[in-house]
Amino acid sequence: MAPRTLYDKIWDAHVVAQEPDRPAVLYIDLHLVHEVTSPQAFAGLRTRGLRVRRPDRTFATMDHSVPTRRGLAVVDPAAAAGEAQLRTLAANCSEHGITLYDMNSPHQGIVHVIGPELGLTHPGSTIVCGDSHTSTHGAFGALAFGIGTSEVEHVLAAQCLLQQRARTLEIRIDGTRAPGVTAKDVVLALIAQIGVAGATGCVIEYTGSAIRGLDMEGRMTVCNMSIEAGARAGMIAPDDTTFAYLAGREHAPRGAAWDAAVERWRALRTDDGAAFDRTVTLDARAIEPMIAFGTHPGMGIAITARVPSPDATADAGQRAALDRALRYMGLSPGEPLLGRPIDTVFIGSCTNARIGDLRDAARVMAGRKVAAGVQALVVPGSRAVKRQAEAEGLDRVFLDAGAEWREPGCSMCIAMNGDRLEPGQYAVSTSNRNFEGRQGPGGRTFLASPLTAAAAAVTGRITDARTLTQEPR
Amino acid sequence: MTPFTTLESTVVVLPLDDIDTDQIIPARFLQGTDKVGLGDHLFADCGRNPDFPLHAIGARLAKILVAGANFGCGSSREHAAWALVDRGFRAVIARSFGDIFRQNAIKNGLLPVALDADAHARVIAARAADPRCFVRVDLPAQRVSIAGDPTASFGFAIDRFARHCLINGVDELGYLLGFEDRITDHERRHP
Ligand code: SF4
Repeated sequence: MAPRTLYDKIWDAHVVAQEPDRPAVLYIDLHLVHEVTSPQAFAGLRTRGLRVRRPDRTFATMDHSVPTRRGLAVVDPAAAAGEAQLRTLAANCSEHGITLYDMNSPHQGIVHVIGPELGLTHPGSTIVCGDSHTSTHGAFGALAFGIGTSEVEHVLAAQCLLQQRARTLEIRIDGTRAPGVTAKDVVLALIAQIGVAGATGCVIEYTGSAIRGLDMEGRMTVCNMSIEAGARAGMIAPDDTTFAYLAGREHAPRGAAWDAAVERWRALRTDDGAAFDRTVTLDARAIEPMIAFGTHPGMGIAITARVPSPDATADAGQRAALDRALRYMGLSPGEPLLGRPIDTVFIGSCTNARIGDLRDAARVMAGRKVAAGVQALVVPGSRAVKRQAEAEGLDRVFLDAGAEWREPGCSMCIAMNGDRLEPGQYAVSTSNRNFEGRQGPGGRTFLASPLTAAAAAVTGRITDARTLTQEPR
Repeated sequence: MTPFTTLESTVVVLPLDDIDTDQIIPARFLQGTDKVGLGDHLFADCGRNPDFPLHAIGARLAKILVAGANFGCGSSREHAAWALVDRGFRAVIARSFGDIFRQNAIKNGLLPVALDADAHARVIAARAADPRCFVRVDLPAQRVSIAGDPTASFGFAIDRFARHCLINGVDELGYLLGFEDRITDHERRHP
C-alpha cells in the first residue's frame, strides 16, 4: 500500500460508502453533545419520527450557559433563558437513553475537557460535536471536528456524516521552547504566522520535536486552536505520552483490550514518504510569550512587541481589518502593550482550564494580590479539574490572592451565562476568541497564556510573566 | 429545503474580511430551542452603528449579501445561517468562506458563492455606482452576472453534491439514511 498520512489512515478506516461525485459517508465513533447546538437537532429527529441510532456512542454535558457561581439561584436574565436549554437537553437525553453529565454529576464540565478526562477520546477514532473546538480531541491522534446543528441531527440519526476529504497540512515545529513559553504561545505564534484562514479546507497534523515535547494538556491547547487558523481539524500522532495519559481512565480499554488497543494505536502515524499537500515550519526557540491584541486570534504579537501599523500591511482587506480592530480595541499603531491597564482577567475555557493551566496561574499568583480594581475569574474546565485543584490547594492560592474561584463551565469565554465584560472593558483571557463582543458586547479581549493572564491579574497591567521576580514580595 | 436555481436581487455589501459567526449572531441570542426569529438579531452588535449597511434604505429587500474573505469563520453555530435566511438572504457572495459556515449554509438553502478578486471587486463597484443595481446568481450555470453590464459575467466553483442538493432541494439526511445497510455492515465489522 502507498504511504499514507495519519489523516488518510483514520479516514480510510471510517468510510462506509463512497459513490462517484458524492461525498463519502463517514462513520462517527463518538458524538459529544451540549445544550446550545443540540435542541433543534433533537426536534428534527422528533419531526421525522427517528430515534438516536447509537445512544451508547453519544455523551452529553452542560457547559456553555451554566452558572459558575456556587448555588446560583438564577439572578441573571441571560442565565434564566439558558435554563430552558438545560431542561431541554436533560429531557432529550432521557428520552433517547443518552448519558448526560448534568449539573449534579461529578463529571460535568466543558465538553472538550471532559471527553479526554473520561478516556472517551481514543486515538484513531472519529469524534464530532456541535462545537468548533472539537479539534481539541485531535491531540490524541483522533480525527475530531466541529459540525453544525443539521449535522448533529445527521449523526444522531445515522451515526454518519457526508464528508469531503480535506487537504492535509503539516505544521512542523522543532526546537525547545524557552522558559515561560507555553503551548498557548506556540499556537498563537502559529496563527499569527499563517493567518485565520491559513488552514481553511485543511486537516492539520502537528509534527516535530516541540510538539513531541508537549504533555497531553499542551497538545490539547494547540489542537484546540486549529479552528482559529480555519482548519477542519488538527491532530498529533499518538505516542507513549498519549497512552500514559489514557491508561486507567474510565472509558479507556482495560486489560488485554488495552494492550491490543495500544498495539493498534502505535500504527497511527504518518508513513515515511507520505506526502502532505503543504508543510509549514516553525522554530520553537524563536517563539516568545504571545498576546493577541486585535479582534481575531491571528492578530497576535510577542508580548514585548509594539502594535503593528495598518500602513505596513500590503493586503487591502487585511489593512482594513487591522484598522477597524485597532479602533475597536482603542489601540494606536506603534504603542507597546506592556504596561497597559486592564480591568478583568479570565482564566478558563477549553483552551486553558486544565490542571496544568491552573498550576501555571497559581505559580504566578502565589503570595501576591490581585491588583486593586481588577476582577480575576478562575473557572476550572471540569469538576474533576476543580477537585484536583482543591486537593492541591490551588483554590486557596487564588482566593488568598483575591481572585474568584468558580464552578466549571464555559463562562466568560462565550459570555452566555451572565459572566461577561462591560462595554469598553479590557480583559486578558486564556480563552481562544477575541472577536468583537465575544466576552460581552463592547468588551475588549487580549488572548494569552495562563502565565500571562495571572501576571496581568496581580499587576493590573499587561505584564511579561518572565519579569516578575521569582519570589513574590 | 427550499430549492435554489437562480436569484436576481439587489445586494448589501459588508466590505470586511474575516466576519466571524459571533458577529453574524452574538452568543446571547443562541439560547432558544428553535430556529425562528433569529433574523431580528442578525449582526446585532455591529448593527448599533446607524451607518451599518444593513440599515441602508432598500437593504431589507436585498437577498444577496456581499462580504470579503473568510466569511463565517469561527464558531460552528448554525444559527448564523438561520439568521441570514430568516432575514431574507438566499446567497452570500464572498472571496472565501469558513468551512463549517459553508456547510451550514448549504443545508439551509443559502448559497455560498466564492468569487475571485476581480469578479468580487466588480460586484462591489457595481453596487457602489448604483445602489439599486441587480445581481443575478445562476446556480445551474454557476455564474454571477450584473444586470445592465453584458461584460460582467463570472463563473464560480461549487462542489457537485452541494450544487445537486441546492438545485433539487435534496434532503441530505434522507440521502444518508439510504445507506442503512452499509452503516450496519460497518458497525458489524467494527464493533
Ligand atoms: S470554553 Fe469557549 S470555546 Fe470552549 S466549548 Fe466553551 S464556549 Fe466553546
